[in-house]
Amino acid sequence: MTEPVPARLVADHLRLAYDDRDVVEDLSVAIPTGRFTVIVGPNACGKSTLLRALARLLTPRHGTVLLDGEEIRRIPTRTVAQRLGILPQQPIAPDGITVEDLVSRGRHPHQRWFRQWSADDEDAVAAALAATSTTDLADRSVDELSGGQRQRVWIAMAIAQGTDILLLDEPTTFLDLTHQIDVLDLLTDLNRERGRTVVCVLHDLNLACRYAHHLVAMRTGHIVAEGDPATVVTEDLVREVFGLDARVVPDPISGTPLIVPIGRHHTAGGAPVGAGGPDVGVDPTP
Amino acid sequence: MSVLALRVGPVSTRVPARALAVSIVAAVLVAVGIAWSISVGVFPIPFTDVVGELTGLRRSADSTFIIRRLRLPRALTAALVGGAFGMSGQVFQRMVRNPLASPDILGVSAGAAVGAVAWIVLRDGSGPTVTFVALAGSILTVLAIYLLALKKGMSSYRLVLIGIGVTAMLNAVVAYLLTRAELFDAQRATIWLTGSVNNRGWSHVRPLAAALAVLVPVTLVNARPLRALELGDDTARGLGVPGRSPLVLAVSAAALAAVATAAAGPVGFVALVSPQIARRLVGPGPAALVPAGLVGAAIVVYADTLSRLVFSPIELPVGVVTAAVGAPYLLWLLVRSNRIGSGG
Repeated sequence: MTEPVPARLVADHLRLAYDDRDVVEDLSVAIPTGRFTVIVGPNACGKSTLLRALARLLTPRHGTVLLDGEEIRRIPTRTVAQRLGILPQQPIAPDGITVEDLVSRGRHPHQRWFRQWSADDEDAVAAALAATSTTDLADRSVDELSGGQRQRVWIAMAIAQGTDILLLDEPTTFLDLTHQIDVLDLLTDLNRERGRTVVCVLHDLNLACRYAHHLVAMRTGHIVAEGDPATVVTEDLVREVFGLDARVVPDPISGTPLIVPIGRHHTAGGAPVGAGGPDVGVDPTP
Repeated sequence: MSVLALRVGPVSTRVPARALAVSIVAAVLVAVGIAWSISVGVFPIPFTDVVGELTGLRRSADSTFIIRRLRLPRALTAALVGGAFGMSGQVFQRMVRNPLASPDILGVSAGAAVGAVAWIVLRDGSGPTVTFVALAGSILTVLAIYLLALKKGMSSYRLVLIGIGVTAMLNAVVAYLLTRAELFDAQRATIWLTGSVNNRGWSHVRPLAAALAVLVPVTLVNARPLRALELGDDTARGLGVPGRSPLVLAVSAAALAAVATAAAGPVGFVALVSPQIARRLVGPGPAALVPAGLVGAAIVVYADTLSRLVFSPIELPVGVVTAAVGAPYLLWLLVRSNRIGSGG
């Protein structure tokens, strides 16, 4: 698990800002190819900003993002779109649009004005619908769908784009727990089946620990720790990143770290605040 | 919705069946409207004679002159102007995802008006030169608004608000010019401002048709990113829509409205209403540029004919009729829409 995986997507000394407000000052990260990477951190830590920069939606004030060793700004945006897909946090579905129509729009980077609907496009859209189990919804209007179905449809659009690298900004935020698991399982399928590189911004640290091969923990615009969740997620890290006292125990289902917050109330029988004791996290190197 | 996929070698496209049907019906309506428009007037010509003349099947010496020299160019101007407004409006409404984003509001009309009125009032200009000055005025205004709105990508609200602001400013200039004008000039300027296809001859149709022959294909070819832009600016960028592609589209769509305005004045509400009608007929998916253009053409042709028929022998400017029908429609749209900024 620790052997280095060559990275196709690299951020090199990024400084990211909106107007005059620096969000990220100096950040470097290499996204391991073919892995499921999750970026976590408290609100306003710059995780979505970093994702936007990786997807060339935000131009860095300083530093570069490299895609396949080339500066992403210098690659034609259409060529980038054939290798890297991005699903923003709140994409807009035009009123009344059908599922099939929406998913077919993912084919944009593969089309030209004279080639607007090739057999490849048709196959890719059918495959994307099948992969997300939305084939039956194809003729439905996106407005009518539940939140979970709608997120599957947006992911189907990203799949139809046919990229090896897929970036998603908080794809589970507005979903109930069942659909959060559903979406993350789907993304894991995508990662496993074609070795796609998946990068996700997530809020839920426990789900991040369970699903990520590679966890990037951020606080105030810099990376506090990154690596295999089983090694990086400790009680100290949770305190440092989120300012939260918590126990870290093995997840009974996956064996990955499970963060149990302590808080000020309802601590009956548990350890008093601050007495973390020895690390009970899952350390694979005994 | 059934979709027809067409593939010949490397060329492929798909046409939603409903958009195709709507386009065919609208095209027939436009053709019938043109023939009807020609038959109506102080000297009525039977509809069958008009059709016979236009198709070359049956000619009568009496009406050939009236049909070919007087009424056909007027009807064609109406159709071309309406088509240009309709297509232009559709592009803007789709591009900024806002049903209010018509060229009326985005400064095309106001810019043209300042140019034309200034020329009429200050320089006593007339005829084709007014057309060119109006064209220059609208293109300059659109560029100014676009540049002002372009800070960090184009936001729909920003564009609409800046457009409204600039339009208000230019309208003040027009009002000022009119107060300074001689009575006769003021009357001519007012008629121009209302939008009219009265007395339009082949000298109007030819440059207009030539401009449309270039602008319509350019718009259609560059309209492809609309499908991505509708999903939001970030998603569009992620799908590989480069920043400059909407610029070409915006310029060609603005130019469509500009040449139409130059030829007939700012015919109100056509650019606003045609896309909405087309969208309701075609359904939400397709960009429906061609249907919107054909609907626009039908609206102006029929409005012009009706205004002559109802108010005969007075020739009411067509802009009066389109505004009288368009304004209530706009109100209905606003009352019905619970979400400003939705695609309608």
